[in-house]
Amino acid sequence: MEHLLDITGLTVSYYTDIGRAIALNQVDLKLKQGEKLGLVGESGSGKSTMGLAMMRMIKPPGKVEGGSVVIGGVDMLQLSDKEMLKRRLSTISYIPQGAMNSLNPVLKIKRQMIDAYKAHYPNHKLDQILQLAHETMISVELPEHVLEMHPHELSGGMKQRVCIAIGILLRPQIIIADEPTSALDVVTQRQVIETLNRVQQKIGSALILIGHDMGLMAQSMDKVAVMYAGEIVEINDVQTVFTSPKHPYTQALISSLPRLQNRGEFRGIPGMAPSLYRLPSGCRFHPRCNQQQPHCQTTSPRKSIFEDEKYVTCHLYEAS
Amino acid sequence: MSTATLELKNVSKLYRVSKKEVHALNPISFDLLGDPARIITVAGESGSGKTTLASIMLGLLGPTTGQVLYEGKDVSTLSGSQYRDFRKNVQAVFQDPFAVFNPFYQVDHLLEVPIRKFNPGLSKVARRKAMEEALEAVGLQPSEILGRYPHQLSGGQRQRINVARAIVIKPKILVADEPVSMVDASLRANILEALVSLRENYKVNILYITHDLTTAYHVSDSIIVLYRGSVMEAGDITKVVESPQHPYTQLLINSIPWPDLERKWDNQQYANPDIQEISGSGCKFYSRCPNRQSGCQVTPQLVPLFPRHLASCLLHQPQANLDSNLTQNL
Repeated sequence: MEHLLDITGLTVSYYTDIGRAIALNQVDLKLKQGEKLGLVGESGSGKSTMGLAMMRMIKPPGKVEGGSVVIGGVDMLQLSDKEMLKRRLSTISYIPQGAMNSLNPVLKIKRQMIDAYKAHYPNHKLDQILQLAHETMISVELPEHVLEMHPHELSGGMKQRVCIAIGILLRPQIIIADEPTSALDVVTQRQVIETLNRVQQKIGSALILIGHDMGLMAQSMDKVAVMYAGEIVEINDVQTVFTSPKHPYTQALISSLPRLQNRGEFRGIPGMAPSLYRLPSGCRFHPRCNQQQPHCQTTSPRKSIFEDEKYVTCHLYEAS
Repeated sequence: MSTATLELKNVSKLYRVSKKEVHALNPISFDLLGDPARIITVAGESGSGKTTLASIMLGLLGPTTGQVLYEGKDVSTLSGSQYRDFRKNVQAVFQDPFAVFNPFYQVDHLLEVPIRKFNPGLSKVARRKAMEEALEAVGLQPSEILGRYPHQLSGGQRQRINVARAIVIKPKILVADEPVSMVDASLRANILEALVSLRENYKVNILYITHDLTTAYHVSDSIIVLYRGSVMEAGDITKVVESPQHPYTQLLINSIPWPDLERKWDNQQYANPDIQEISGSGCKFYSRCPNRQSGCQVTPQLVPLFPRHLASCLLHQPQANLDSNLTQNL
């Protein structure tokens, strides 16, 4: 099956006074239609940069320095700004972190949805757009009268759903949700994630859920990509990630999770993530790795590719 | 039994927002005993009154009714030196590890101010030693931390420094309001471990405020579940989390995204909290409860169901021979 999304060699750097921070280094990712991928990693590992780079929304001092983001045969990075504008929301949409702050406080929800729609189809009739807005509200499980409300009248969970509604308004092929529930409590979080899953299923798009909560990934994703210091160290199906993780970092991440069975045990990952300005030589994880070998300090590991576009970047799995 | 360190007697809080009255906290009474040191979780979703409760215990907010007693004396009428003593012994760690640091000062400043304030006689060397001890207690290397600026440290390190700041003056009680919610999941374990070691090694009583029952289950000894200002369920943490009796606690536990493929979210649907009305009397959870009955219009009492396990729900018959006092069940 043809891949809907094909990212190869995506590299993004931020240039600041203290030097160049490589936020994304040669990242590859392939996704099929309707697939749900969780993108996990610590803060600063490059998850959000990845989402933004796919949307071509990296702003200076950030710079996309290489690679391609091919969606349905078209490389997003080669499009003109005007063409890219048309693709956002209609081909690929991004639900930002803290989406509640991304709504315009002085406009009614209805107005904000119409504006988003009109930016793509300026000639469509208003009642046609409103009809679609109503349908979209129903699909994110919000009462229709929310359309007539202002953002401050809504709770956090409702605002998040409004953002999802705007995100899916034009039925994009890919939805990127960047920590959509990090500011919500457990009950609301569950409802928002379930809503997101239902609309994803309904419109058949691919979903990338960015976050650091492994629990959410276990509950609703098909595949998990684990990021560390600007690289994807492992992509695997959710089953493998939770039952037999391959990369030592994934293993540490999984065993640090609080479960019902291991009450009172704390297994944090020793050390801290490296600064992107001063990356360790060789494998970026080697200073924290418990299965370190001598050549890990000097040589960067290559991808060991398994079937179905899964891979792990670690010397332990390199075919000798 | 000696006097409790901190006693809450029928404490409640009412906020008036432009003629509307919001009962943030309905009358609640319990004691934090000095010994043995325990970690008590206060759990609930946003708006359940957990932060209000914390602010009242810290003396930052006066209760509308009731009293907060510190070593037997009402906190609102403490004399100057008594109030200082209360301030010293009841410390706080807040949610946001980024907002509490002044970016222009080295982190030493944050640790040094409380020592200067509460232990003014200490020499420079002794102050340094106290700071190093506190950092070690939370699992940090003093040589890696002292002399640094906040921007050079990660969120997890900063939050542990906040815990160190709270314990540098050896308090009796620590109120930790969502200490890990803004920290990466992979770094939470270290902070929680620091809290547990405080209880073990320094005999600090900790009130752990959270909406995350997973971490609560791992660190605490007992739990109070709040919903819209009322106690829904309380008792021993393992009992409450492993066999929740109140429908609200069940909802909370069923909503946890367990990092476990064997334990997926169930299919039970609950009414959306976003569109419910705030009802006056009766069970606060009535409008969302899947098991509601006509009798639920009467406010249920918090009653004992099992030893060290209380719940306020009409579904359950109280066990008359058990103690219904909240403190005794914590």
